[in-house]
Amino acid sequence: MPVGIILIAAAVVIVFFAIAIYNKLVRSRKEVDNAWSQIDVQLKRRYDLIPNLVESVKGYAAHESGVFERVTKARSEAMTARGSDARIAAENQLGGALRGLMVQLEAYPELKANTNFLQLQEELSSTENKISFARQYYNDTVTNYNTAIALFPANIFAGIFHFSSVELWRIEDSAERNAPKVSF
Amino acid sequence: MPKTFRELAAANRRNSSLLIAVMVLFCIVIGALLGGGLAGEEGVAAGLAGGAVVAMISCLIGWYGGVSTLMSFHGAKEIVKADAPQLFNVVEELAIAGGLPTPRIFIIETDALNAFATGASPDKAAVAITTGLLAKLDRDELQGVMAHELSHVRNLDIRFSMLMATLAGGIVLLSEIVLRAGLISGGRRRSGRDNGNAQIVMLLIGIVLSILAPLITSLIELAMSRQREYLADASAVELTRNPRGLASALHKLSGDQTPMEFSKAAESMFIVNPKVGLRGGSDDLFSTHPPIEERIRRLAAMQR
Repeated sequence: MPVGIILIAAAVVIVFFAIAIYNKLVRSRKEVDNAWSQIDVQLKRRYDLIPNLVESVKGYAAHESGVFERVTKARSEAMTARGSDARIAAENQLGGALRGLMVQLEAYPELKANTNFLQLQEELSSTENKISFARQYYNDTVTNYNTAIALFPANIFAGIFHFSSVELWRIEDSAERNAPKVSF
Repeated sequence: MPKTFRELAAANRRNSSLLIAVMVLFCIVIGALLGGGLAGEEGVAAGLAGGAVVAMISCLIGWYGGVSTLMSFHGAKEIVKADAPQLFNVVEELAIAGGLPTPRIFIIETDALNAFATGASPDKAAVAITTGLLAKLDRDELQGVMAHELSHVRNLDIRFSMLMATLAGGIVLLSEIVLRAGLISGGRRRSGRDNGNAQIVMLLIGIVLSILAPLITSLIELAMSRQREYLADASAVELTRNPRGLASALHKLSGDQTPMEFSKAAESMFIVNPKVGLRGGSDDLFSTHPPIEERIRRLAAMQR
């Protein structure tokens, strides 16, 4: 009889343990999804800012029409990209085009005196920071989650409940690693 | 990197829970001793209950304590994005890096250089910075300082210090009330019963404990406050991935001795000690902040 009771008690403990681990993993996974959507939010902010920026500087930098076009084109490509690989590549392209534009505009002193432009510059630079922090947070949550499902004894239950690891956001486009080139 | 910080933060959380449990226990035990000392055996149960109630109320006040009173004490004004867009952006960026809601942001008009954070949980949080400091820092340094303050919120340092303060206050209040009641009743139940000596002993122990308890916990709390400053610096780097910003800001902060009005309740939540003469921080047992040079040195060591 006592052996039976011990077995039942052990089973109950294991069940509670399993529930606790399952809930923890679910929470961790949800945080990952949340972090991903945060990146999305920041990317959309960037889309919204760009038309404003282009309009306000076009008057000053009429010769730079090529750069403006590149930015506008990259923006529409990013907005219509489908599939995560294509999307990531398009967003990296847009980031590069924007950086190129901002570097070009450094050469126009009248722009630096324009408060409107300075505000937009701060907004754009902040948006780039936010995108990069959102990616950082995403990678942090992914690392937490991947670690949680790999640790013993959680990994046993992770397998049973079909929790699989998630990819970190790496820099996909080698062009992004290079500093933007200035062309006059 | 995340794992190490998580271990530090976890140890912090364990110590804090332990200390709070000890304080609550003090409250209950002192209640029981004082109750027993004044009214014999029946008093113990009543004292115990009284101590528990005081502990509970103190915890509730500490947990749900408000932001507005502290802010108006310091003459801080809440800002919207249009007032200081760069500051707003800097804080927003950090909130994203930490997966937190953006806190309310306040500005204090003074030449003194300082910043503090308040709010018992991330969704009730607020950060404040002086106009003096805002003018002196560049964007990276500002981000370092704000990251430090936001880390106090994230690590629940503020909730902990509020709980400690209210619990310590609760213990003092408890002993005052009971002693006053005891003096009035004149201890008339003591005559002729063997319990007389035991009661006097209980009362004495209760009184001594209620004097010592705040002192002991104060020393422990100050030691933890210094540890939490180091942890907030480390957590700030976890957010920004840039130790140089904060180190450079601390360097700028170390020279300043401009006096400023501050609330003692918020003392440990400032980035550097607001007390003139103690700005540099120290290893002294009674200091809320560790030495700035040591903080800068630890940050420099993180530079790879």
